[in-house]
Amino acid sequence: MEALLEGLGMALQPENLVYAVVGVLLGTAVGVLPGIGPAMTVALLLPVTYNVSPSAALIMFAGIYYGGMYGGSTTSILLNTPGESSSVITALEGNKMAKTGRAAQALATAAIGSFVAGTISTVLLVALAPTVAEWVVVLGAPSYFALMVLALIAVTSVLGSSKLRGFISLALGLTIGLVGTATGQARLTFDNPLLADGIDIVVVAVAIFAVGEALWVAAHLRRRPLEVIPVGRPWMDREDWRRSWKPWLRGTAFGFPFGALPAGGAEMPTFLSYITERRLAGRHRAEFGKGAIEGVAGPEAANNASAAGTLVPLLAIGLPTTATAAVILAAMQGYGLQPGPQLFEAEPELVWTLLGSLFVANTLLLVINLPMAPLWARLLRIPRPYLYAGILFFAVLGAYSVNFQWFDVALLGLFGALGFAMRRFGLPVLPLIVGVILGPRLEEQLGQALQLSQGDVSALWGEPVAVVVYVVIAALLLGPLVLRLIPGRQEPEQLEDEIGALEDEVRS
Amino acid sequence: MSTAGGAATPSGVIAPEGTATRVDPGPDRAQYGLAAVLAVIGAWTVVDSAGLGPGFADQAVRPAAFGYVIGSALVLLAVLLAVATARGDRAEGEAGEDVDLDRGTDWRTLAGLAGVLVATVALIDWLGWAVVGALLFAGAATVLGNRHWVRNLLIGAVLSVASWYGFYVGLGIPIPPGVLDGVL
Repeated sequence: MEALLEGLGMALQPENLVYAVVGVLLGTAVGVLPGIGPAMTVALLLPVTYNVSPSAALIMFAGIYYGGMYGGSTTSILLNTPGESSSVITALEGNKMAKTGRAAQALATAAIGSFVAGTISTVLLVALAPTVAEWVVVLGAPSYFALMVLALIAVTSVLGSSKLRGFISLALGLTIGLVGTATGQARLTFDNPLLADGIDIVVVAVAIFAVGEALWVAAHLRRRPLEVIPVGRPWMDREDWRRSWKPWLRGTAFGFPFGALPAGGAEMPTFLSYITERRLAGRHRAEFGKGAIEGVAGPEAANNASAAGTLVPLLAIGLPTTATAAVILAAMQGYGLQPGPQLFEAEPELVWTLLGSLFVANTLLLVINLPMAPLWARLLRIPRPYLYAGILFFAVLGAYSVNFQWFDVALLGLFGALGFAMRRFGLPVLPLIVGVILGPRLEEQLGQALQLSQGDVSALWGEPVAVVVYVVIAALLLGPLVLRLIPGRQEPEQLEDEIGALEDEVRS
Repeated sequence: MSTAGGAATPSGVIAPEGTATRVDPGPDRAQYGLAAVLAVIGAWTVVDSAGLGPGFADQAVRPAAFGYVIGSALVLLAVLLAVATARGDRAEGEAGEDVDLDRGTDWRTLAGLAGVLVATVALIDWLGWAVVGALLFAGAATVLGNRHWVRNLLIGAVLSVASWYGFYVGLGIPIPPGVLDGVL
């Protein structure tokens, strides 16, 4: 508690407050741009934080992260074209509300719901993360190895519709992670000294997210302009408040646990929240599909709560479970910080500053964004050639500023082409990014585990936690197979189909 | 504008799922290409690993081990993908706010952007960011359909010079000035 107050005090210092405001503004402005999700927002804005102190950078990240999330929901409400899977549900009801002239209320319930969910979840995060870190700190290399395998398998097989494509993406990421001389020998470097240090994860992330997206959109650019719904200052009347507060709380209850699990992601909790609200809506049930405020309030809260939940495994164990968390992890490694249990002991001030600044960013988001919503809505009208030329411009600038070498820009182009191909072939991006980051660490932990046991492989399941984790992995991999054998049971893959069906149903 | 006819370039046709015509479009032949590329990368990773030395004496995991595992996995996945494709599996392109999947791939725009990126790589060390950044922005905006290239160039120049000063002075990241050394 005392540590948290100290962290809050740090975050509230005038200088740090400026960083937080800049982070929130940049994050929202970039996140609201069509086609840019939170992960790309964080990746594109990484260079901005290169030369400031780690604590200032983390404060900015907190703002950028929450700002990017909020910007995404604005886009889906006003444009009806969600940029990422977690805002599909928001777009369903939010855009219907906007079309019936209630855009202001939709934006307000999304913003206030995000604030409520974000605040509650950050409290939970503050309570949970140090405890988890304390448990985890006693674990040995075999358990870490198992946890990392779990994270890789989870992001690969639980999310997305095609497991085959997930594993292809993961294998490509692990291959990229092999490049370099970390093991003392040059692997996949093609005798190029520039590849000796491996491929910078910033270059890979910016290329896959930004360049790949720009190329993909360029190849399929919608030539007619999208219809943007004009919006005034967001507000809600007493009735809207009465109908919103319960969905906010229920959404938070769905979102946080899903985010905190290594198999997280915001897709499932937003979907569950939507179904629940529809079931519980009572006399408002008929409004679902025509713009029910509960259908915006719940999923938006779930989305934000899961974003905060993601930070539990990221900070306490060092496991990224979403693309955004992966980019934040890469950024922290860039500062020489290794997220995980040691971080709480080695850099307590930094961790608590970050946690404190999450509260600050969350509050700023509400204070800044409610009045500024009409301005953000105007960003949606930016001409597309300028938007995507700008994305390429900043992507190249970001890659070039890593080492000032043409070679990094060339890598950016190469991985941009890969990003394009992944979108064309429906390969998910997340397993690749997580693979690049976790691959080398997986190898390190395996090496440590086997070194201590002097090559005895049975050491890998010599710790109870490791055994439990392997059982979970087996359940993840075999569960769907078993479920498929039981007739009439739902398979996890049906989630996507169900969302699709729901969308068709609501849109028709 | 685009090669939406697509008969000559099978990869140029995106799966027309969801459109009115529900004829069986046949296998997604471009996926065989993807499978081939994956197999080549996997095979190369295995070959590269085979060429590595035994590593240090205290290395419990030899440097080649991960390469063997990942490389073989890639080859296996490539085979699985080819089999799935032959059995009618089709890739579903990613949707997005500005993406219109009902049209074919616009290869001309793509080739233009690729050209702009290649030129950027070739010139960036020589001309420096302030010049190349402006050309990059103007080139990309023009290729993407905004034909006011003088205005594009002006916006690009403002962006690149401002970002150069912003990084150099504001953030303390010394981007080399390139050909404009002494001017900036």
